[in-house]
Amino acid sequence: MDVSSFLVQGLNSVQYGFLLFLVASGLTLIFGILGVINLAHGSFFMIGAYLAHWLQLKTGNLFLAIALGLPLSFLVGLAVERLAIRFLYARDHLYQVLLTYGLILIFNELQRIFWGNDVHGVPIPSVLDASVPLNETQSYPVYRFFISLACIGVAAAMYFVIHRTKLGMLIRAGAANREMVGLLGFRVNRLYALVFALGAALTAFAGMLSAPVNSVYPGMGEHILIISFVVVVIGGLGSIQGAFVGAMLIGFVDTFGKVFVPEAASLSVYAFMAAVLLWRPQGLFGARPA
Amino acid sequence: MKTRIPTTRRRFLSAAARAAGAGAAVSLLPAPFVLAQPAKVKVGILLPYTGTYASLGHNITDAMIMAIDEAGGTLGGRPVEYVKVDSEADPAKAANNTNKLISGEKVDFLTGPVHSGVAMAMVKIAREEGTITIVSNAGADAVTRQMCAANIFRTSFSNWQTCFPMGPEMMKRGHKKTVSITWNYAAGHEMIGAFKEGYAKAGGQVMKEILIPFPNIEFQAHLTEIASLKPDAVFTFFSGGGAVKFMKDYDASGLKKSIPLFGAGFLTDGTLEAAGAAGEGIVTTLHYAESLDNPANKRFSAAFKAKTKRPADVFAVQGYDTGQLLLHAMKAVKGDVAAKKEIMAAMRGAKLDSPRGPLTFSKSQNPVQDIYLRQVKNGDNAVIGVAAKALADPGRGCGLA
Repeated sequence: MDVSSFLVQGLNSVQYGFLLFLVASGLTLIFGILGVINLAHGSFFMIGAYLAHWLQLKTGNLFLAIALGLPLSFLVGLAVERLAIRFLYARDHLYQVLLTYGLILIFNELQRIFWGNDVHGVPIPSVLDASVPLNETQSYPVYRFFISLACIGVAAAMYFVIHRTKLGMLIRAGAANREMVGLLGFRVNRLYALVFALGAALTAFAGMLSAPVNSVYPGMGEHILIISFVVVVIGGLGSIQGAFVGAMLIGFVDTFGKVFVPEAASLSVYAFMAAVLLWRPQGLFGARPA
Repeated sequence: MKTRIPTTRRRFLSAAARAAGAGAAVSLLPAPFVLAQPAKVKVGILLPYTGTYASLGHNITDAMIMAIDEAGGTLGGRPVEYVKVDSEADPAKAANNTNKLISGEKVDFLTGPVHSGVAMAMVKIAREEGTITIVSNAGADAVTRQMCAANIFRTSFSNWQTCFPMGPEMMKRGHKKTVSITWNYAAGHEMIGAFKEGYAKAGGQVMKEILIPFPNIEFQAHLTEIASLKPDAVFTFFSGGGAVKFMKDYDASGLKKSIPLFGAGFLTDGTLEAAGAAGEGIVTTLHYAESLDNPANKRFSAAFKAKTKRPADVFAVQGYDTGQLLLHAMKAVKGDVAAKKEIMAAMRGAKLDSPRGPLTFSKSQNPVQDIYLRQVKNGDNAVIGVAAKALADPGRGCGLA
């Protein structure tokens, strides 16, 4: 492989990594602050993708679809928190896994009822439907740059919110010591609901953004769920920074795995995860178990 | 209340008058004509009428009925009853649906399906039950190979047929090294395998076979890889939305300018409008093209368009030929559905004037047909030559002689 191809594959990796980060950050945020293992996280990715497909058909504009879909998925997140997740905070992880697995089944069935079992494609918005030449043989689609830019924007906004605002302070405090935040008189329930819905909306946003480069199909949530758990486990449960590094690493391992060891392409990320966990069982940025 | 009575009475009277009129009209028919009506021939149709493949199911059905209607709407002089079952293109429901038609409805003939997974289940039952079956789309090689039987016919194609001729063609054009890319599923393996067989025979080398999990359509890393491998050409098979996405991504990646793209025919069938400029110039092989210039195709395309308001396509042609084969066989036995042996013999020996060109059947009862070389020009598959004349599937593993 020559240098320029290597660089382009690097670009592919980074772009995939950004998308994974959007999904994984929501997952790790919810675990870190709510202490909930949310298996239904992938369902929000699927909901986002189907919303993008459906609203794009209705409005004819992907940006408008995303603008409408984001508050919708935020509301879905709020509803799920209020109706299901709220009853799990004091419970053991096993209950959380059981209930959120049940939610996957419910969401998959709802998807089948509302949108059917067909595979759908979402067209790239015409303003972004172009390519930038990279070398003499290859060009790079503008929409992929747009995905990366959008992800960078969201990551920056998240960094700002978490490190520079009162809400962020509460989130950090909640992650460090949930009981204390409650005892200090903050409405923990509200904070939790907000964090859960934000996490859901982040993931749905990732689903919407990637709808044009992936197809929209039943079961798409499960695949992204597993890979984002890998990201979170590598990065360390609950760590946003870890989710970022984990997502980038998985982006590279997955992309180059497909190229160098295609026979074991689906295996490469798990082998990598196993190696990381052997070295650091708590993940790269996870707190050491006491 | 009172005011409503006259209205009701008037309605009643007029309805009664109409009924009497209709009765009179019926009684005007000569009685023997009604009595002589022979028993209907039952044709079972197992096709998808809902979901992704619904349009294929409708085109096959409508064209098949059109063929029979053009010949007077009878099979061997007997009226026809069509029993349609929606296959939903779901292999899990295929056995049940097939039994519904064979054991429940006791159909004389069974036709369909679109999906190869459904076909495997359907053919398995049909060979045991002995129902004469015409596969009108599904291309799984096994249907007329390991699974072949005296009562199983196919009017469409085998996956092998549609791709094998592309190998020699690409060598003729001087493309000695190729990368193939498809979904990692049965049809993908069969199509790429057939291409590879023809290509290797002609001296070509497949540098790399890229397989993508179905129905994933994220091609980016693989396109970058193709660029670094620098093959002379790329051969691909995708269908539907995946085909559109692949053509668009291949174009957007800039590869199309330096590495020409070749494909199995279904890459550019029903996908060109969505692909737009990204489809231009792609060369494919298939047993049909809408633009095919022969009298049978011109007549068929016009008739199908007039009847359904939809343009004819390869699926409609296959349905039409299924109708033609039924007509031919039932004419040979003068409508005697019990004469199964004679019906099957007539089908084996049939020479159909298909819109795709002359059509006969191989020993394994798969079509012997021309495979056309097509190139996308102005959003249409233009025929630029014949890639293989009267090509028969090798029928490996089929014991029929």
